[in-house]
Amino acid sequence: MTDTADRLEAQGINAVVIRFAGDSGDGMQLTGDRFTSASALAGNDLVTLPEFPAEIRAPQGTLAGVSAFQVHISDHDIHTPGDEPDVLIAMNPAALMSELGRLKSGGTIILNTDAFDERNLEKCGYEADPRTNGTLDDYIVHEVPMTKLTLEAVTDLDVKKRDAERSKNFFALGLICWMYTRPLEPTLDWVAEKFAKNQTVVDANSLALKAGHAFGETTEMFADQFAIESAPQEAGTYTNITGNTATAWGMIAAGQQAKLPIFLGSYPITPASDILHELSRHKNFGVKTFQAEDEIAAVGSALGAAFGGALAYTTTSGPGVALKGETIGLATSMELPMVIIDVQRGGPSTGLPTKTEASDLFMALYGRHGESPTPVVAAYSPSNCFDMAIEASRIALKYRTPVILLTDGYLANGSEPWNLPDVSTLPDISVEFATEPNATDGAGNPTFEPFQRDDILARPWAVPGTPGLEHRIGGLEKADGSGNVSYDPENHGLMTDLRQAKIDGIADDIPLAEVDAVDGSKICLVGWGSTWGSIVATAERMRESGVPVDRVHITHLNPLPPNLGDILKSYEHVIVPELNKGQLVRILRAEYLVDAQSVNKVKGLPFTASEIVEAINTMTGVQA
Amino acid sequence: MTDVILDPTKRGYWTSDQDVRWCPGCGDYGILAAMQFLYAELAEDPETEVKSEDTVFVSGIGCAARFPYYMDTYGMHSIHGRSPAIATGLAIARPDLDIWVVGGDGDMLSIGGNHLIHALRRNVNLKILLFNNQIYGLTKGQYSPTSEVGKVTKSTPMGSIDAPFNPLGVAIGAGATFVARTHDLDRKHMMATFKAAHAHKGASIIEIYQNCNVFNDGAFDAITKRDARAEMMIDLVDGEPIIFGAEEQRGIMLDGGQAKIVEIADVGRDALAVHDAANPNPAIAFAIAQLANDRQSPTPFGVLRQVEGPEYSEAVNSQLLAANEQQGPGDLAKLLHSGATWDVA
Ligand code: SF4
Repeated sequence: MTDTADRLEAQGINAVVIRFAGDSGDGMQLTGDRFTSASALAGNDLVTLPEFPAEIRAPQGTLAGVSAFQVHISDHDIHTPGDEPDVLIAMNPAALMSELGRLKSGGTIILNTDAFDERNLEKCGYEADPRTNGTLDDYIVHEVPMTKLTLEAVTDLDVKKRDAERSKNFFALGLICWMYTRPLEPTLDWVAEKFAKNQTVVDANSLALKAGHAFGETTEMFADQFAIESAPQEAGTYTNITGNTATAWGMIAAGQQAKLPIFLGSYPITPASDILHELSRHKNFGVKTFQAEDEIAAVGSALGAAFGGALAYTTTSGPGVALKGETIGLATSMELPMVIIDVQRGGPSTGLPTKTEASDLFMALYGRHGESPTPVVAAYSPSNCFDMAIEASRIALKYRTPVILLTDGYLANGSEPWNLPDVSTLPDISVEFATEPNATDGAGNPTFEPFQRDDILARPWAVPGTPGLEHRIGGLEKADGSGNVSYDPENHGLMTDLRQAKIDGIADDIPLAEVDAVDGSKICLVGWGSTWGSIVATAERMRESGVPVDRVHITHLNPLPPNLGDILKSYEHVIVPELNKGQLVRILRAEYLVDAQSVNKVKGLPFTASEIVEAINTMTGVQA
Repeated sequence: MTDVILDPTKRGYWTSDQDVRWCPGCGDYGILAAMQFLYAELAEDPETEVKSEDTVFVSGIGCAARFPYYMDTYGMHSIHGRSPAIATGLAIARPDLDIWVVGGDGDMLSIGGNHLIHALRRNVNLKILLFNNQIYGLTKGQYSPTSEVGKVTKSTPMGSIDAPFNPLGVAIGAGATFVARTHDLDRKHMMATFKAAHAHKGASIIEIYQNCNVFNDGAFDAITKRDARAEMMIDLVDGEPIIFGAEEQRGIMLDGGQAKIVEIADVGRDALAVHDAANPNPAIAFAIAQLANDRQSPTPFGVLRQVEGPEYSEAVNSQLLAANEQQGPGDLAKLLHSGATWDVA
């Protein structure tokens, strides 16, 4: 044994991609999350990719039950969770089998060797022990008896063996924290707070964490310890944020900025439920959350609340949007404000509930019967969900229309450091309710016509309780102005045009598309939603290798930014990477008659930058 | 354009300027009139403080669902089946409003059955009018979830094989706190029943036997026609033994959990059930509701059940107040900084 003092200084590295993998009962999401937090506090830039099975408890020890959490930490600006992990922590044979293929060749593997017994090997289909049959020859392998060492660490506690074993993820976390020179204090504090109700659990997890750290420090198994400097970041106060939390906070902020009470009607669905959970914790902001009996009731209750003057939301995922379509159509027809948040997941049908995909764009744009134009916006990063929740609310309130906000499973559960905005700089999105009659009837009496429009074609929002403005609205076609039921053919044509013109007009009220441009580029990458990080990384990589590439990222999908067509027409190659079979690309081709080409991935996973780079090379013939 | 009537104690004040479009002779006219007269009456009473701007009618789709267009209040004609859900959101957001939900048997019990039972079990402050005509009218005559077995319609040329719902049985099973029945031929009875619902805190449901004279004419004639009423309508009066018949010769007895029609001469008056709408045991009201299982038997009318329970939007608000007390008023900057944070200079 060597004294710690004798050991070499931690070796400085720029970035590392670590993947924690184990059984879904092993607490890998928590382990990854804690390591991420410790890294965030150390000032690193970071991007995470949690991946877990849809089953709450898939059969233990099987491939189906493997849960993984990938984190990319760095001393510079990064945008993806990393193409290939440098380090894999595998808590059992199934985790090793399922994740080994992703690991960079020559990468490091840390195994909980206690889990490599015959039964576990058999459960996931290993015929021979991969530790001894050459499978791992190309890697640096550390076999650590984590279960045994965890049990030893907690022997003094009065805790059953089975419960004590549960702390082994903290042992793994302690070891990784040592390897990457992360302080233990933030994790110890977190454990003390999180498990405050059960001191034994606090003690067991704390001891296991320290034991893991000490194991790294005192054994010679690990030759190197690594340090990653903090990334140069803009000045400010940062927090680590997931997309779902940012969405929920954005909704609360929108309520504050609109000076309206918030109503959320929602039905539990993966991966959107965390927004409902988060909002339900903040009733002190006047937030009313309603867990409805189904998706239809969820959106229906939101529409009812909107009629009553609330800033109304419904949160869901693809299957829920399919069910809500009729009510979104009614909101379009009655011209009431409402925001529908679709945290997209793999489809069709139940599909891949816990995996990401961006295949609901067409449904968001067109998934209602009749001519029912609906604004659609999309967030591009976890923290951007905050801004887009406010933006969706702004458009809904100002134009009295339902707005669909698209996020996805990757943004929802992934996290990044967020430079917290100064709340005094948030936009004022308040609107006025109608308070006075706006017309006169045949006898000259003042009366209220709910479908008179203002200069942006929005109709008045007159809420019950306002004397003199009593009116009836519904899904039947309404006469222009009076809003009375009308079956007149000319009027239906006019109202259809007015509804369309109102939504089209929003194009003048959204930011222009911005090109991230370099000199001499003939290629433009166009993206929307969570592919942003992969596309930015792709562009950076191509530029580094001497191929100039520009890129545009679209946050407003209906209407599109008015300058987008001109931008796209100026390139030889317009390439659109999407986590679907090519949805935005068809819209761009149809709208602008440009020969946009598609790069697709529908595997429940985000793009790696190398996948996009390779596709561009093939399409354009350039070699990056 | 009609002259604007400024006196809320007049029926015309509550009548919108829209032409009523139900078929001539439809039972819906009588229900609408009863509602307009009721509001004129309520407006006279300073205690009830009804105001047209605070009153909202929400409906789904169907003939009955046109109702909101004819009341000069706020109103929404929404989607087939969804009115209880939409009204629930409105009631939670605006507990100050006086909200009615109007729909037919297809709207409320078929496509909207799920929303109906959940609005009832949550005890949301809604007054739900279920116009039961045992047929689909708007779609021109298909059988409905309350049509009797054997009913021949366009979609059941060989007769319906579906067992019908007993609507009030469904409501009681769902935990409704106010359950009543009335019919479209008796304005006074409708007004009294609506008024009782209006005074109730929580969800109330009123089944209204409504004649669709085009597609299911006379469905309730055997019960509600003037000359049948004495023998066929069982008038429930709280605190009184349940008695009916032209000679007051029959009554209801509870026997082994069942409500039975008996001759008083056979059992004696003391054996009769005394109506107790507030009885906490819903099984009794449920047993009485079962007496309406066909169109030929004596059928109970009036308030079957009225019990107290926590009202939903009040409960929502009290949680908001409690959160405010425990966490202090919402502070956005504080919220954004509530996780672990670090500073970069
Ligand atoms: S179809 Fe029947 S229920 Fe509908 S309006 Fe005509 S009579 Fe009334």
